[in-house]
Amino acid sequence: MIRSELIQKIADENPHLTQRHVERIVNTVFEEIIEALAKGDRVELRGFGAFSVKSRDARLGRNPRTGEAVKVEDKKVPFFKTGKLLRDRLNGKV
Amino acid sequence: MSETTLTRMDLSEAVFREVGLSRNESALLVESVLQHISDALASGETVKISSFGTFSVRDKSARVGRNPKTGDEVPISPRRVLTFRPSHLMKDRVAAGSRK
Repeated sequence: MIRSELIQKIADENPHLTQRHVERIVNTVFEEIIEALAKGDRVELRGFGAFSVKSRDARLGRNPRTGEAVKVEDKKVPFFKTGKLLRDRLNGKV
Repeated sequence: MSETTLTRMDLSEAVFREVGLSRNESALLVESVLQHISDALASGETVKISSFGTFSVRDKSARVGRNPKTGDEVPISPRRVLTFRPSHLMKDRVAAGSRK
């Protein structure tokens, strides 16, 4: 499923909303999550999962082609942990 | 910078602010987004949200695990797990946002 299919499904269920409205709703949800993570905040959606930011230490990497050592700075990366309910659903337990 | 945790309520509030539906309907729509993603994943589908990221379901085979406290061997049955791969845009914004 891709973004446009998700929008279509929600539009079909909500005939009183315009397609453009549904697009804005769906986009707002994803945008809000990215903004929170960019600020270093967590987003916890019970039953679905939690988005958070993890720190990666600086390290000495290697250019795989030349074998040359390169410094990789410390950085923040987004992380998602699946919620219990969704994990159970994936395994047919719910 | 103190870390805050956003919940469904904050997402609904954002939809309420941005789109101007009632608070109640905003909350229902946020839930609907999560529900549709969950349904697709539960049926084994990959969910690809451009400029956000990709959720995919992977099959893990059975293996022998160990209770780290007691050292006892415990069988781990085959299971399906969800992985999320953030988009480049999300990675860049998270990396840039926290470098202040």
